[in-house]
Amino acid sequence: MTQKTLRKGNEALAEGAIRAGARFFAGYPITPQNEVPEFMSAYMADAGGAFVQAESEIAAINMVYGAASTGTRSMTSSSSPGVSLKQEGITYLASADLPCLIVNVMRGGPGLGSIGGAQGDYFQATRGGGNGDYHVIVLAPNSVEELGNFPKLGFELAEKYRMPCMILADGILGQMMESMAFNFDPIDPNKLGKFDWAVDIEKNGRPKRKVFSYKGDNLIADVTERAKRYGLIEKTEARFEERNTEDCDVLLVAYGLSSRACLEAVNHAAEKGLKVGLFRPITLWPFPSKRLLELAGKVKAILAVEQSLGQMVQDVKLAVGDKTPVYLKAYPAGGQPEGEAILQAAQSALSGKTEGLFDLQRHAEGFTYECKRDLSLGVQGDRKGGK
Amino acid sequence: MTILAQRPKSMTDKPMHYCPGCGHGIVHRLMGEAFDELKIGERVIGVAPVGCAVFADDYFACDMVQGAHGRGPAIATGIKRSKPNAIVFSYQGDGDLASIGMAEIVHAAVRSENITVIFINNAIYGMTGGQMAPTTLVGQVATTAPKGRDPKLQGWPINMCEMLAQITGAKYLERVAVDTPQHVMAAKKAIKKAFENQVKGVGFSMVEVISQCPTNWHANVEQALEFVRTKMMPQYPLGVFKDEGAN
Repeated sequence: MTQKTLRKGNEALAEGAIRAGARFFAGYPITPQNEVPEFMSAYMADAGGAFVQAESEIAAINMVYGAASTGTRSMTSSSSPGVSLKQEGITYLASADLPCLIVNVMRGGPGLGSIGGAQGDYFQATRGGGNGDYHVIVLAPNSVEELGNFPKLGFELAEKYRMPCMILADGILGQMMESMAFNFDPIDPNKLGKFDWAVDIEKNGRPKRKVFSYKGDNLIADVTERAKRYGLIEKTEARFEERNTEDCDVLLVAYGLSSRACLEAVNHAAEKGLKVGLFRPITLWPFPSKRLLELAGKVKAILAVEQSLGQMVQDVKLAVGDKTPVYLKAYPAGGQPEGEAILQAAQSALSGKTEGLFDLQRHAEGFTYECKRDLSLGVQGDRKGGK
Repeated sequence: MTILAQRPKSMTDKPMHYCPGCGHGIVHRLMGEAFDELKIGERVIGVAPVGCAVFADDYFACDMVQGAHGRGPAIATGIKRSKPNAIVFSYQGDGDLASIGMAEIVHAAVRSENITVIFINNAIYGMTGGQMAPTTLVGQVATTAPKGRDPKLQGWPINMCEMLAQITGAKYLERVAVDTPQHVMAAKKAIKKAFENQVKGVGFSMVEVISQCPTNWHANVEQALEFVRTKMMPQYPLGVFKDEGAN
């Protein structure tokens, strides 16, 4: 435990990681997460760990692969385009059952996008991101305090289930300053005990150990075993927060920074006598579907709010099915949600007026959603001048 | 009874999967002998590549990590920085090291990571079936260079030792071959030195081994060894390109 102090999100995260026992960090500069490697370069060596500024994000995540193989609490951080580069290493980490922490301080995309905060990497984070059948545990903080305290939770979950864990933050969270406290004492990783799978130099007659990604004929058994672990995680590790969910008419669903704007909407609603609640997934994988389904039966409409074009809303729809109408208020490409607009959208959703919203409907052909907004932009980019 | 020769203690008894005439097995054995002679077997952690040597993690008795194509030097960096007392090697082929992993090998040298890299150059992609490698010779036929490598289209072969020699952090670079008993003995000396350097903390050491690939060169072993001598060695001269180990 510490006293409350004013801290920048990225620095709280970096300090929280060292406090949580991280002793290897590799990264590559990219806005808006540069305070993380900068902090690590200043303090990791003093903590007895290693900091490497890698030649690329690909190298950085593979350095983490090597360090994690030794059982060291290892991590990397980056922002969206850099996390795309890391996907090669992440799928290898998943295949080799290596625990590690990956931080994505999201910015606008696709491509180089913008340096502003965004939530466009939800699919990439929650669906695996790289090749093959796998998941990473995804934690979504919504405050500087959670940014500072989630690295400990992240390492613990990663090690418990032997898989990578990702902290999915965004540029605003990373850059903003808030009063925060660490809710745990610094951890000495030397006192944590050793893994029976990690490569090491003190063998003392034990059989050799291998950390490997190529499974060949054993791949089916390997993936099946991992699927059982994933099932257990989905059953036991889903985390969420609720606000005013008892007796609400409209349930907002939002994570990360969007949930902060939704909190504002919930508070405004209470002042106006409107019944609006908030369901905030803290783990995005596993998505807290079970509780969301319970709540769906009690409300008239669900409004997903996200800083992306409609990614998290798919998990909302998968969770609640046809039980309740699901609407989407989307702020893609770095758009910033704002409480009053969200409250208006909640009222629209309640009245079934979907102008300005995406209305998710289940069609006979399968899961899809209709866009009620006027998108009559025409088709651009046709070739011209061909013969 | 006197034992005249036996399997190095640093190797397992698993039969190797390499093709007849391939150089990989010879190099593995030389590494195992070096580990035994330097008495570092317990401390070694190896990184196996993607490619023909993907199963190298079965042949060494030490703990092994097998990672992504080209990333061996980055993985080795992570291991070495986390376990500074480990003797860490990255074993890589030419596509792995000189093409997809070019950034990783160059920057491991730039940082002078105290690791040992064993680089097998046989001028071809082996595991995938004979495609053109960055080290494929001009005119050499490959499945992706069916008319032979044409510099106008595919550029020229890359000489890694010569290139890395420009980097201050590269401390020991030697190119050897395993085509004759004499060359095998010289290769053994170089490999041993590259590991001895790491024990001494010298910094980045790499041994490039010109190796033969009879299968993908479509040659018998005798022809393959002839190809090594008459075609490979003029492009890739043997010798020491950097040796700052004594300093």
